[in-house]
Amino acid sequence: MGIEVTVEGLTMSFGSQTIWRDVSLTLPAGEVSVMLGPSGTGKTVFLKSLIGLLKPEKGRVLVDGVDMVGDSDRKVFAARKKFGLMFQDGAMFGSMNLYDNIAFPLREHTRKSEKEIRRIVLERMDMVGLGGEERKLPGQISGGMRKRAGLARALVLDPQIILCDEPDSGLDPVRTAYLSQLLIDVNTRTDCTMLIVTHNIEIASTVPDNMGMLFRRDLVTFGPREVLLTSRDPVVAQFLRGNRHGPIGMSEEKDAATLAAEAERFGSLKVREMEIPPQLEPSPGLPERMGAVRRSQRVMANLHLLPAEAQEAIQNAHRRRSMGGPPPPVPWASA
Amino acid sequence: MTAPPQGPPPPPAAPEPMRPRVQPVKVNPSDYMPLAGGLRQTGQMFALAASVLRMTFKRPFQVRELIQQFWFIASVTILPTALVSIPFGAVIALQVGSLAKQLGAQSLTGGASVLAVVQQASPLIVALLIAGAAGSAICADLGSRTIREEMDAMEVMGVSPIQRLIVPRVIACMAVAFCLNGLVSVVGVAGGYFFNVALQDGTPGAYLASFSALAQLPDLYVGQTKAVIFGFIAGVVAAYRGLHPGAGPKGVGDAVNQSVVIAFLLLFMVNLAITAIYIQVVPPKGA
Repeated sequence: MGIEVTVEGLTMSFGSQTIWRDVSLTLPAGEVSVMLGPSGTGKTVFLKSLIGLLKPEKGRVLVDGVDMVGDSDRKVFAARKKFGLMFQDGAMFGSMNLYDNIAFPLREHTRKSEKEIRRIVLERMDMVGLGGEERKLPGQISGGMRKRAGLARALVLDPQIILCDEPDSGLDPVRTAYLSQLLIDVNTRTDCTMLIVTHNIEIASTVPDNMGMLFRRDLVTFGPREVLLTSRDPVVAQFLRGNRHGPIGMSEEKDAATLAAEAERFGSLKVREMEIPPQLEPSPGLPERMGAVRRSQRVMANLHLLPAEAQEAIQNAHRRRSMGGPPPPVPWASA
Repeated sequence: MTAPPQGPPPPPAAPEPMRPRVQPVKVNPSDYMPLAGGLRQTGQMFALAASVLRMTFKRPFQVRELIQQFWFIASVTILPTALVSIPFGAVIALQVGSLAKQLGAQSLTGGASVLAVVQQASPLIVALLIAGAAGSAICADLGSRTIREEMDAMEVMGVSPIQRLIVPRVIACMAVAFCLNGLVSVVGVAGGYFFNVALQDGTPGAYLASFSALAQLPDLYVGQTKAVIFGFIAGVVAAYRGLHPGAGPKGVGDAVNQSVVIAFLLLFMVNLAITAIYIQVVPPKGA
């Protein structure tokens, strides 16, 4: 069972530049969460702060009673063994082949025999589609493969918390879809808490239970996925639809003058309705995903606190599921 | 009583003003003190040196990495060191020999040049080669690993890069420095002997006899101690710059360059301090 991660009033800045401030949220235990945000809003910095690689100047990150920001290195190092982090470009050790890379955490932290290590490593490599590539060095494979190897290494100790830094970048859409399914399956199997940082809308709308968005040095919202997917907040709506018109500009944000000129030219833009795609289900043969069960209980109990559109979307999804049928077929998938 | 509203209705509420583009700058006073940056770097380097010492005694010790590094450092330094030490010993022998001749103390040439080689020249040659050949390689290796986030990855997996990578490298530097210093002392003294006897018409007997007239065993001890300390400094400086390179590949290149320069500066300073202390603590023979 995963561990809850509580972030309280986290503020980070490099010199005089504030990256984000006063971020507070809770990653519920055993559920999958996604942090969205335009490029350069400090999503990666946020991930690294959760695991204690970067030390924000204010706030706390509580994992199982350990403050990853303020506690002693010894405690933080011990707590890190509960984490698996998948780096943006894999961060494989260049001097070791893939097999040794993925076996590294096992050799460091367990007393398993070399035979058992071999079994686990090969199984994980198969899982991410890297079977047969054990002898390759990280420099000899493509970026996408390095990424998948990074995921295999993050999974090898069955961590209770998995953090993924842009799992989709450098992957083609098909591999991205496989990876999304893989993440859901991993969550089903190990019931770990998961946080995925991405700006891929496909992942964001189909994988997570909860979703948040960082923009302009603030956490815009964090909550059940339906809240963000139905949000009329100009920033969120613009981002989810990939529009040019809205507060997000080519550089981090638009200034007031550009925005006003835009408003004059296009009038008040109608927000296109967005269909909420069903959430991915675990692959056939796997048991029910406990994270989803807990989330649905939690969300249904607090339904009245959510915005009306989100309530409707959640009830629709709930109705669909309780009718017992599989999720509605995707229109373009032939029967 | 309130008057009924008159005139045109109020304009629709203006959209919430955007936050100004330029955020109020939080001034961190230490950013503006030129000295503070240097002090911070120095402090961090001392902290690294302290953690290296502490982690040396922490289990599990990385024997394999130590052997690999020792082998690597030895292989890149042995040949250059031997090649440098022969002419260096010869130069000292020639210089001291001609000076001794001018003073009319030819019989003491051997002792004087041995003192110069064993106490000063040998540890410095070793240190320069360790810092230049091994330190630059260590710094480049660690630096490129740092920018590829390998260090972060290691920390995330709960493995300390200091214990795993840096302790073996620093110890290897010290051990190689110790061994090389012995080699350089022998080669330097032998070179000095050869040049003194062959080129300056010195007598072999006088050269050897004057060893014990001027030199004493603590001279060798301090030479070896120096070499070990220099090896430590070269290793720690290279590791420190390698762990904190600038951004990107260019940052690594700059870091390698700086590590060699910083190590050289420190070595000469520390050498001055050790020599001054040694001369006070161990009185020269016959004084």
